[in-house]
Amino acid sequence: MIAIIDYRAGNLTSVERAVRYLGYPVCITHNHQEIAAADRIIFPGVGAAGKAMADLRELGLDQVIRQAFVDGKPILGICLGTQIIFSMSEEDSYTRCLGLLPGVVKRFPDPLLDEGRRLKIPHMGWNQVLFAEHPVFAGLGAESEYYFVHSYYPEVPEEARDLIVGTTCYGITFTSAVALDNLVAVQFHPEKSGAAGLVILDNFCRWSPAC
Amino acid sequence: MLSKRIIPCLDVREGKTTKGIKFKNNVDIGDPVEMARFYYEQGADELVFYDITASSDKRDIMIDVVRRTAEAIFIPFSVGGGIRTVDDMRAVLLAGAEKISVNSAAVKNPAIIADGAKAFGSQCIVLGMDVKKVEASQKIPSGYEIVINGGRTFMGIDALWWAREAERLGAGEICLNSIDADGTKHGYEMTLTKMICEAVSIPVIASGGAGTPEHIRAVLDEAGADAALIASMTHFGTYTVQGIKEYIHDRGIKTRMAW
Repeated sequence: MIAIIDYRAGNLTSVERAVRYLGYPVCITHNHQEIAAADRIIFPGVGAAGKAMADLRELGLDQVIRQAFVDGKPILGICLGTQIIFSMSEEDSYTRCLGLLPGVVKRFPDPLLDEGRRLKIPHMGWNQVLFAEHPVFAGLGAESEYYFVHSYYPEVPEEARDLIVGTTCYGITFTSAVALDNLVAVQFHPEKSGAAGLVILDNFCRWSPAC
Repeated sequence: MLSKRIIPCLDVREGKTTKGIKFKNNVDIGDPVEMARFYYEQGADELVFYDITASSDKRDIMIDVVRRTAEAIFIPFSVGGGIRTVDDMRAVLLAGAEKISVNSAAVKNPAIIADGAKAFGSQCIVLGMDVKKVEASQKIPSGYEIVINGGRTFMGIDALWWAREAERLGAGEICLNSIDADGTKHGYEMTLTKMICEAVSIPVIASGGAGTPEHIRAVLDEAGADAALIASMTHFGTYTVQGIKEYIHDRGIKTRMAW
């Protein structure tokens, strides 16, 4: 069973539908036992970091996710879920996050410029990702694009750059995918990214992290 | 860099598309879910459903279409038409749409933009604007006026002011439809589109008038639109989404070419 963590952070049904379409058993849950019993975890989310962290703590899910990470269970972070895996987010006047990975989630600089042209924030739409080698990102064409909707991005410290497994250009080059042991996390929405996104979800659902 | 989006628009009445796609074998397909799947496979970047069901007690049919579409395609899609309250928005979003679009409901009650943005986030809220060119006046300084009822009712609201106001209220995107250009196949209303694109910092989808891939290239490149809405161009098999993308890509527009 794949557990999609429900912490009131947006509509999780699109992730559920995509995983079900691929033929895997999946549930949306905030039940600690159900999550502990699941084979793998998807940690999605749309919204703001401050409320997301408050809700996670209130539901006791921060500890559940930490435990799953320590236990070596495969975890996939998506969008806001990815951001709050880091230590801190600038959003909502600095929110302390889960701290599974070192780094601070920052707002895109304003103005964000590309050849003198002002770019729109949020970064919304289709963009490319330059992936490093990782089993969850195997079999993707270099030309493939992924659907993003976000105003913040994770900044990984210099000494932890090994965590970065995907980067995207939008005025600046930012980290759009990270991985550590049994954890992999993406800033874009694989469930809205067409066939390429489904490949990533399928890879994740089969992945056996070597740790 | 972000790709420019090509967005087919499907009109749906009581669960059926009003105009089926003429496939190569000339068979009309009136099922919106099948049409959505067809466009998804062709490389559409997003889809828009416009619900033109007249009777409100048949709205649940649309919710079912949204639910079945969400199970069949894995790209964002939005739903417009008949959405008047935050509860209407919630029903459509929970059924699996990524965005909802409000048009005349927002003209009559602008607070729905702010309420929707607060409840679901700005990225969910698209403001649809139907616009007609008029004589510039003190009331309508831009010379473009907001209309409703398919262009029959003039609202005395300046389109440029309304676009900025919608952004301020929390709209995440604008779908800008020129009633003058709509259905002509002579191209998008370039002056209007450029004006609105320069006035707001949220993405603008150009709508109304597309007849050739060159029209799409022009509105994305010269007018600065972020996305182009298409309907009859592809519904009747004259062009394909893939063909349009190849055309604009060959002319230097960044668009998603692998799917």
